[in-house]
Amino acid sequence: MIDVINLTKKYGDLTVLDGITETIHEGERVVIVGPSGSGKSTFLRCLNCMEDPTSGSIIFDGEDLADMKVDINRHRQNIGMVFQQFNLFNNKTVLENITLAPWLIGRKKVKGRAARAELKAQITARAHELLQRIGLDDWADKYPSTLSGGQKQRVAIVRALAMNPKVILFDEPTSALDPEMVGEVLDLIRQLANEGMTMVIVTHEMGFAREVGTRVFFMDGGNIMEQGTPQEVFGNPKCERLQNFLAKVL
Amino acid sequence: MTFQQVTLSLAEGFLENCRLFLETLLFSIPLGLIISFGSMSKFKPLSFLVKIFVWCIRGTPLMLQLFVVFYVPGLLFDTPMRDRMLAALIAFVINYACYFSEIFRGGIESISKGQYEAGQVLGLTKTQIFFKIILLQVVKRIMPPMSNEIITLVKDTSLARVIAVGEILLAAERFAGKGLIWPLFYTGAYFLIFCGLLTILFGYLEKKLSYFKS
Repeated sequence: MIDVINLTKKYGDLTVLDGITETIHEGERVVIVGPSGSGKSTFLRCLNCMEDPTSGSIIFDGEDLADMKVDINRHRQNIGMVFQQFNLFNNKTVLENITLAPWLIGRKKVKGRAARAELKAQITARAHELLQRIGLDDWADKYPSTLSGGQKQRVAIVRALAMNPKVILFDEPTSALDPEMVGEVLDLIRQLANEGMTMVIVTHEMGFAREVGTRVFFMDGGNIMEQGTPQEVFGNPKCERLQNFLAKVL
Repeated sequence: MTFQQVTLSLAEGFLENCRLFLETLLFSIPLGLIISFGSMSKFKPLSFLVKIFVWCIRGTPLMLQLFVVFYVPGLLFDTPMRDRMLAALIAFVINYACYFSEIFRGGIESISKGQYEAGQVLGLTKTQIFFKIILLQVVKRIMPPMSNEIITLVKDTSLARVIAVGEILLAAERFAGKGLIWPLFYTGAYFLIFCGLLTILFGYLEKKLSYFKS
């Protein structure tokens, strides 16, 4: 689904990603772990070109996203992303947060007032469905500042879902949450996993990584140092750095 | 000279102040937005030039700028500025656009990067993100400094008298020249009432925008 070829990212002299080649397949749930500064968030953000690669290719839907000529916005509609800091639109209600992008993008494709009204109704109905799913439909007309962190993150996840993406990237989705709210967010991600959503997750929740991941990357120094099934990576770590890392976090 | 006659005569002058005020706002806000984009440009020569320009305008008195706009075209190009109001308007628009641009820049840069990124990852264009997500949050943030600056503008309009625009203080000074001093002090009432109305308006707008937090 996403082919990463020789991906390099440098900030000046600092090499953050050091020539990574990897493929993320459909239906996979890739979990990326590693010490801070290892490049895992940068790797994730290169997948939808939120960081422009210094060199290398990101092949998605037959096009190289690293190519500046490619319409990146069109591809981003198919690659959802969830942030550590939620990033709900402050000036939009919960419902508008979910409907804004589908509406702005969808309305260009339909002509005529009736067709647009129908589209709007569809998008709104779908948003309510998604909110019901996470038990927040009563909050549809509230503004993000009134929500708890866990609620915000769940809204952010269904906002990504509303675009019907082919893959969702999660950038430390629970790191900014109070401990008692981590569970509700992980539960939702787990549900999506069970439904077969392709996802790439950067996380510090090792238990969750183990349970949800189909494949685990251990990153350090801008490289994927070791990878395998959760059993292999967590149960039988081969490289010394991974062993040290696991000794600290487990 | 009756009280009524003075009131009317001053009101006529104050109408010029109001005109200068409104027209300055009308042109300096869009121009200020353009200047703020210039100063935030990633193209360094452009942002450098814009910053130098803003420095020059903010670093010199508005009164001096009025003189420059009014006299320099005649001195250098032999095309004297005949329309005093137009000269005042040009000076005010440039001056206030520079002040506004700094407020806009501060407001735009204070919006967290996450608001842009959330729009980008959904596939929205930069224009859509700016107009649908960022702009209103910026407006809310800059309301207090803008109301400050706009209230200053009301009073600054009386500076236009240095190039003999027939504004309220000039009108009052004419009375003073004839030995009538009190109209000079009376002008304060016009400014007070106008600024009072503006204060109420800005209070209302701030309240209107309090439905969300950012």
